[in-house]
Amino acid sequence: MYGKGLRSLSIATVVAMSAALSLVFFYAPLEAEQGFLQKIFYVHVPLAIISLCGFVIGGLLAIVHLRTRDARWDYRSYVVIHMSLIFALATLITGSIWAKGSWGHWWVWDEPTLVSFLIVFLLYATYQPLRFAIEDPERQARYASVFAITAGAFVPLNFIAVRMSTSFLHPRVLGSTSNLPGPMALTFLVSLGAMALLFTTLCKYELTAKHTRAQLRALRRRLTADSPGSDVRGAGARSAAPSAIPVSRPTGAPARTAGYPVKGHT
Amino acid sequence: MSRLLAETPALPLHEAGKYVAAAYIVLFAMVLIYVTIMAVRLSRIERELGELLETVEARDGEQGRTDPERGS
Amino acid sequence: MSAAASTTPAAPAAERERPAPRPTAFWPTVGALLRKELLVELRTLESVPGMSLFALSTYVVFHFALNRGSVEGDLAAGILWVTLLFAAILGVNRLFVADADQGGFDGFLLAPVDRTALLLAKALTLLAYLLVLELIAVPAFSILLLGPPIGPALPGLIATLALADLGVAVIGTLVAALAVRTRARDLLGPLLALPLFVPIVIGAARATEPLLVSAHRGEPAARWLATLAVYDLLFGLIAYALFDFLLED
Repeated sequence: MYGKGLRSLSIATVVAMSAALSLVFFYAPLEAEQGFLQKIFYVHVPLAIISLCGFVIGGLLAIVHLRTRDARWDYRSYVVIHMSLIFALATLITGSIWAKGSWGHWWVWDEPTLVSFLIVFLLYATYQPLRFAIEDPERQARYASVFAITAGAFVPLNFIAVRMSTSFLHPRVLGSTSNLPGPMALTFLVSLGAMALLFTTLCKYELTAKHTRAQLRALRRRLTADSPGSDVRGAGARSAAPSAIPVSRPTGAPARTAGYPVKGHT
Repeated sequence: MSRLLAETPALPLHEAGKYVAAAYIVLFAMVLIYVTIMAVRLSRIERELGELLETVEARDGEQGRTDPERGS
Repeated sequence: MSAAASTTPAAPAAERERPAPRPTAFWPTVGALLRKELLVELRTLESVPGMSLFALSTYVVFHFALNRGSVEGDLAAGILWVTLLFAAILGVNRLFVADADQGGFDGFLLAPVDRTALLLAKALTLLAYLLVLELIAVPAFSILLLGPPIGPALPGLIATLALADLGVAVIGTLVAALAVRTRARDLLGPLLALPLFVPIVIGAARATEPLLVSAHRGEPAARWLATLAVYDLLFGLIAYALFDFLLED
């Protein structure tokens, strides 16, 4: 059952996000150099950190998938990577807005974090096309896991490499979180926590929705298999991978098999 | 307070405010777009469940018997 | 991977049913596969001439695109590495195509060999292609586009090329194996490979930059060579760990 903790998780997210936003706009002091513009820091940097952690976690989940061959781990890996990609896109957009406000350009190559993010985004943008291009569900999950592990290992290496290559002419405002004064640090931590909760809630929401669709498909297959005259084709478009999601039995025991139907998936 | 803000060396408030608002709107839009996607999915699930329920009822009606296994 | 079944109690029964084949040793397998790949390439000349020709054409395009007759410094390093990388991608695209299309994978999987041997053989093949490519492309570059003489730069350049080639070979092989059995293999290969190549480009271009100037010629900074070496090592380990999973069927 994927939806079990969803309600408490979303309530926690609402509380945390409201607290974070309140702190950002009512409590955190104005920064000396950038003034009000610096407030973007509290949304941009948590997005960045959570997105990167998400990519690495996606790789870890893929490792578990390859070791246990349980499709549910691939499923989680997919959702986490997908959500991290969206957060990465939001990171790039908010970073670009901040760059425009700070230096007048929509993009600067001097910010190693932003540049690394662009590279990571371009890499993970191929994840879904890769999955789409493989028909067999078991092979799709396996290849996707190989990709997720490779890319997850690549993320920190890429950051180090790009950071090394950047000239240090511009003060790196976006990257430094080490010497924040007290109230700013508190605000930042709360924002980070709120973003983490938001990420987890959205992932859980997505997992539950996909699982529900899979249950529906299984139900439809069972029902239409009994009556020969009806349309076997599942409703709606073929969803993006993974197309073989192990369906939990109503008794609560998860599906015994690894859940890779060879045929019949729509 | 407004005098302090007026002295900050960076973009004046009415300028910086636009950028900050835009950045937070990105976050807001991200969540709302997800809500929309979920709404579409929910309506599709409801429709599919309705169809399946019709199929079951039609089949029960055809066979004209109450099968204890079939439940409601 | 190795035959350790003799310690389990079920082994005697299995051995009575079929004699357990002794798995062929690793390095001879790699050698045999490598020889096969190079022989095929020598006979069909599918990859290397195309890669080299592509590099030469790219130099011409750069000349017209930049409107320059001679380049040096970071511009020269950039042009050289971009050209080498894109030519390498052509080789990457073709690396597993014959195996996928003509059933070579099945033949390999049936043989009692360590699957990592295929990874190593293919990576060495790609490395060989890259070396031949560079034997053609680097002199061509010094003739066509490079301003300063290349002689003094050669030791540092060769070191950088060697390290970068290792990285490109490892990553290229992994990406090729990943992409070859998908529907859009020609597209996915480059899309996957280019971001993964970025750290190699960073290390190689920054290392080559001080070599290709006429005045104050420097040495490649050790940290860029170290970056390349570390990246090569890490990705070598990753590829080694993951390659088996790509070959299971």
